[in-house]
Amino acid sequence: MEQMRKERIDRGLKVRTEGLYAISSYREILYLMGPRLLLIVGVLALPFIFELAPYWKRVINIMFVYALLALSFDFLANYVGLVCLGGAFLTGVGGYFSAIYNVYLSFPTYLAIPCATITGAAFCTLCLIPCLPLRGVYFAIVTLMYPLLFTRIIEALDILGGTNGITGVDGFANQYVEHYIIILVVIGFLFAMRRFVNQDIGLVLRGVKDNDQSVRASGIDVTRMKILAVFVASLIGCFGGAYMAHLYMWAGISLFALDFSIIPIASVVIGGGGTLVGALIGSFILVPLSEILRAFGTFRIVIYCIILTGFIVFKSEGLMIFMQRKYHQFERWVKV
Amino acid sequence: MSEEPILSVKGISKSFGGLKALMDVSFDVQRGEVFGIIGPNGSGKTTIINCITGFISTLAGQVYFKGKEITGWKPHKIADAGIARTFQIMRPYYSLPAYKNLIIPLWSPRARKTGGWRGGGKHGDRDTVAVDILEEIGFERDSRVPYKLSSTLPTGYQKRLELARCMALRPEIIFCDEVFSGLSMSEIAGMLPLIEKMRDEGITLIMVEHRLRELFRVATRVMALNFGEKITEGEPSFVIEDKRVREAYLGTEEV
Repeated sequence: MEQMRKERIDRGLKVRTEGLYAISSYREILYLMGPRLLLIVGVLALPFIFELAPYWKRVINIMFVYALLALSFDFLANYVGLVCLGGAFLTGVGGYFSAIYNVYLSFPTYLAIPCATITGAAFCTLCLIPCLPLRGVYFAIVTLMYPLLFTRIIEALDILGGTNGITGVDGFANQYVEHYIIILVVIGFLFAMRRFVNQDIGLVLRGVKDNDQSVRASGIDVTRMKILAVFVASLIGCFGGAYMAHLYMWAGISLFALDFSIIPIASVVIGGGGTLVGALIGSFILVPLSEILRAFGTFRIVIYCIILTGFIVFKSEGLMIFMQRKYHQFERWVKV
Repeated sequence: MSEEPILSVKGISKSFGGLKALMDVSFDVQRGEVFGIIGPNGSGKTTIINCITGFISTLAGQVYFKGKEITGWKPHKIADAGIARTFQIMRPYYSLPAYKNLIIPLWSPRARKTGGWRGGGKHGDRDTVAVDILEEIGFERDSRVPYKLSSTLPTGYQKRLELARCMALRPEIIFCDEVFSGLSMSEIAGMLPLIEKMRDEGITLIMVEHRLRELFRVATRVMALNFGEKITEGEPSFVIEDKRVREAYLGTEEV
């Protein structure tokens, strides 16, 4: 029997190295721009597509919040080598900060969110600094622990509204503002992060992931680079939290819920780690899926797990990497 | 010699638990020298590099660089001052192409202060400067080699990449941790002129080596270690004749 092997050839457009293309015609420009435009237009059109299903329009907002968290996880895990299990920490801090600014200090909504994003990120970074000089699993453990810690502090001391949370947070003007704020921010962060990781400073962060000793030997303070990376990732996550506080017009301890830590990680697994877009795609699949599965009651966790396991076993590289390969390379069967 | 040594190590000691890895080792290195450190396995050669470059703490002793004490400094500060090092186990940034590996040292505060590589201005395009350095260090500019993923490069090129990473910092001292080991004879023959070129450019080289024959062709002075103690120091021809050095490598004659 003849043995066959799949041969993969890069399309001619791609030259020598990653990220460098030789463009010579409109068709080739379209080839490169196509997927990006499809994503942007598709995402912008989502609220109109679901015009007739008001329930699903709420899901869209949450889906994008999860996309932000997944983006933040993907950046930290695959570009800096820090595994952050604390998406909930970021949303919680962002949400509470925004609620405090809005309710206690009566900032308007559109000022409270940016302020909460920046100060929340600074707060998260400060909390995480002690474990940044260490290598190994400490960062993951500490990030997992913080949401639990803050939940208990708020419960026990009955501060910031205690178990009732902070009520009376201002909402958004109308539905379309709700949608487009988060959609535009997600697109903005996505393309900004893609650019950031390919800048020289982004390469230094990737160097920290590959081999921090070598970065140290190059005269760069690794801890400072990690602090910077955690701050950037916290910005993304805290925005998600601040947005949610205003979306629900309430900030409570459910902002520290474990879901915000776990679903983003699963999204990155499904979407493909290290692609950044994959994080978005993953959450676009997982969040609606878990909504659909609500009909099955508690049984939905089982179905959810089966799908996740299936992905890990059969397509562990993730959807995005798979699709990129199909798009950028010819495949054909050749004799061995 | 009246000139102040560029690097002066005074009585360094280090122990790992009960094992004494270094005992009271002192030596001076003059500017422009190629200083060899030799010794059998486990004699503390790599440990001494790690101590001087700040990667591990020392128990006792001081290190002076150009007359200034740098004992206990953080590794990145020592590198920033002008002491670069290679790693015995090659540590390229695996997910990056070879030339992108150099962006990291070129981005460092030191490289920005010193203006990158010669000619490459302060705001020069780092990619271009990186390829220049790689060419300097023996990567064929017009081939695919500088653009390949560093994990796919052959050992010889990975060793060169380690040196290139050091050179990008424009250091005053380079510690070479066994750059010849694992290379074929022809690859070593290609490396030797490189070492000489770096020396001629005024860089002080401190080489830890197992391949004595190759080392002695370039070294001006050699220090021998055994079980963490300094046995002797001097010209290569003098050190190789030393009875204790021979014993350290080959064992004593009594049975």
